[in-house]
Amino acid sequence: MTTSTSSTPVDATSAPAPVIDVRGLTKTFGPVRALDGLDLVVEPGEVHGFLGPNGAGKSTTIRVLLGLLRADAGRARLFGGDPWADAVELHRRLAYVPGDVNLWPRLTGGEAIDLFTSLRGGVDARRRDRLLERFDLDPSRRTRSYSKGNRQKVALVAALASRVDLLVLDEPTSGLDPLMELVFQEAVREAVAEGTTVLLSSHILAEVERLCDRVTIIREGRAVQSGSLAELRHLTRTTVRVTTDGDASTLATLAGVHDVTADGDQVLASVDDGALSAVMAHLAPLGIRSLVTTPPTLEELFVHHYGEQPTAAGSAS
Amino acid sequence: MTAVDVRAPGTTTGARGGDGAGPLVGTARLVRFALRRDRVRIPGWALGVGGTVVYFGVAIQAVYPDEASRQTRAAIMADPAGALMTGPGYGLEDYTFGVMLAAEMLGFLGVAAALMSIFLVVRHTRSEEETGRAELVRSGVVGRYAPLSAALVDVLVANLAVAAVLFLALLGNGLETPDSAAFAAGVAMVGLVFGAVAAVTAQVGEHARTASGLAGAALGLAFVLRGVGDMQQRGGSALSWTSPIGWSQQMRTYVDLRWWPLLLGGVLAAVLVAAAYLLASRRDLGAGLVAAGRGRASAGPWLRGPVGLGARLQRGSVLGWSFGMLVMAALTGAMAEGIVDSFEAQPQLMEVFGAGLTGADVVRGTLSAFLGFFAMAVAVFAVVSVHQLRRDEAEGRTGAVLATAVGRGRWLLASVAVTTGGAVVVLVVTGLALGGAAAATTGDAGLVGELALAGLVHLPVVLCFAGLAALLHGLGAPAWPVWLVLVASIVVGLYGPLLDLPAAVVEHAPFALVPAVPAESFEAGPVLGALAVAVLLTGAAVAALRRRDLVA
Repeated sequence: MTTSTSSTPVDATSAPAPVIDVRGLTKTFGPVRALDGLDLVVEPGEVHGFLGPNGAGKSTTIRVLLGLLRADAGRARLFGGDPWADAVELHRRLAYVPGDVNLWPRLTGGEAIDLFTSLRGGVDARRRDRLLERFDLDPSRRTRSYSKGNRQKVALVAALASRVDLLVLDEPTSGLDPLMELVFQEAVREAVAEGTTVLLSSHILAEVERLCDRVTIIREGRAVQSGSLAELRHLTRTTVRVTTDGDASTLATLAGVHDVTADGDQVLASVDDGALSAVMAHLAPLGIRSLVTTPPTLEELFVHHYGEQPTAAGSAS
Repeated sequence: MTAVDVRAPGTTTGARGGDGAGPLVGTARLVRFALRRDRVRIPGWALGVGGTVVYFGVAIQAVYPDEASRQTRAAIMADPAGALMTGPGYGLEDYTFGVMLAAEMLGFLGVAAALMSIFLVVRHTRSEEETGRAELVRSGVVGRYAPLSAALVDVLVANLAVAAVLFLALLGNGLETPDSAAFAAGVAMVGLVFGAVAAVTAQVGEHARTASGLAGAALGLAFVLRGVGDMQQRGGSALSWTSPIGWSQQMRTYVDLRWWPLLLGGVLAAVLVAAAYLLASRRDLGAGLVAAGRGRASAGPWLRGPVGLGARLQRGSVLGWSFGMLVMAALTGAMAEGIVDSFEAQPQLMEVFGAGLTGADVVRGTLSAFLGFFAMAVAVFAVVSVHQLRRDEAEGRTGAVLATAVGRGRWLLASVAVTTGGAVVVLVVTGLALGGAAAATTGDAGLVGELALAGLVHLPVVLCFAGLAALLHGLGAPAWPVWLVLVASIVVGLYGPLLDLPAAVVEHAPFALVPAVPAESFEAGPVLGALAVAVLLTGAAVAALRRRDLVA
């Protein structure tokens, strides 16, 4: 049961209300708790990365937002409307690309694309043909004979050919070759330039880093982190590799310093960004001979959150 | 967690054990896997087929306690229409329970075994290729012919299980051992022949539905061939001998047993299996012999909405059903005169087709009764047609459609609308063929229009079954209740009068609710009532679908 009551879509011209506004979303399938109080806010015009490992609840969230699943508890708002009750109206303004595209085997790719665009509203034939060319897709072949990548292209062309306010992309590049991934990124950037908001679920960090303004990381049905990429990097640790005249392993006594290991005359440590000054102050008297610091990558951010117990769900925004 | 399974050099892998290294490597392993996947299905079919005989035994003893009453039943089977539906009619002079089983049940049990075999073979061959699972399997240490061989062994085991249970059920009825063994072997032979047919059709097209459709068409043809052959002449004519179902009946079980027709089935099955291997060796995994051609690069104007999509997806199925019903109805209609003649000799037949009719009414009564039987088949079409919704949801396409501006109600109603349209087409074609053929033989031209319209009288009942199928889908419930209700309705409708079921049951069975036009006069009440039930069921289906989560 959704706890929501109001179901009037908010006028787009009023205050910049979030396109997607999810609070405390919970969904269980029998004994499995797929979503466990998930929060997700996507602002108009941004490309929002939705990151998490397989089974974290990304697709379940998206399917709730599409009104295909009904949440057990919590609040989900799409363009200010109720994704379950107002599904049809809301779907006129969005296009969805699933990660695993299944098509009717007897239809051709072109027929499937036209079917989906016309079910959504109308077909912009020129836009469709341009996309077909860019994605190098033969529309006259039966979808049965398509590879996974080609089926994915059908869904991408059908979604990008419609002028919509929101693109919901659930691991959309699975099966695409690197060249096609570049075409995809270009097409998404063009859509964003036209004012489209994008929710991009992925576990490919490079893709998210390249496209996204803000990121929400989820794990076990809960958002463990949300913010801009820059903000998220602040939450993580810088790797410090230092060689000193004195014994640098005493760093371990400082607060905010983790995983201190000695590697020959080098000492390796992970340092919370807030503790960097203290570390420098501690190291300086020891006589620094070499010092290498590595900024955190999203990869480390990811591993940090999935390699350990979840930290308090901090929102950096 | 990260332990690596290190094999000592020279250790053979498990999959190769005992299978040699040729194209059959891995067959034994795949057979075990296939049997495991079918561990419920095979016993289910075996018990179902055996159970039919047990049930028939109990029912017959109750309804036909003495020889005289059994002889009246034999008279029905001696009639051309009886022969068409059952068999060549051996031993009708002394109609014991065993003879009765061989005359009336053997053909249908063979069809049941054939259907089982077709489903099993396609399930383990073309379905696996279509879904891409075969690719994973074949990438292992598995020979080229192993999956096909495993499917054939699986179907062999299934037919042996059916034969064993059937044999025990026959013995349990106190029937002679050699004849019972021949009866069971005959059923298994029909099953194996059509399993082999399916092994061939599975090589031809790229889709599982094409494979089972072609094999099913072959089965239908076999049934019609022996029906027409048996109708032409007591004991069967040359046509009866063109059908594997006919061969099982020509073994003359419980009358004058002969085993050699079994050999015909064995030879045909062997030839078909060899053909299947030959075809399999000449094609790529996943490909058919008939390559799928190119299609349109863009959708036509009719493929722009859920109804257009449904019509496109159901087109082939409606055409196939229309053609099949056309053949059956035309054959039946052409016999109208002969059937009526037989009534004069055997008045007890009138009970089946409506008592108290005279003159021209007898023709109409008979044709109306047959139209009712055909409407039952159209109900099967309607349920299968609605189940496209299940396939679309299970394979993830419904989610993609509902993510567009199509609501759940529109999606489901579009599907029911397409089913309705298809049912109208099939019913009208059936009525036209039945009436047209009857008009040609009796010279009564009025029958054409009357029966074409009469077909539509059955539409509301057909739609009730479609509505029930839709409701179960809307609820996210399994499909078996609709099949149970449908099969029970068909059994009561077909055999109710023969089995002397209480009149209240026979008259209130779904297919008896609407008037048997044109024999009976049209009454709007029951037709509108059935229509209202269909609308209610469909409405409930929409309401239920709007409430539940999508499965995939």
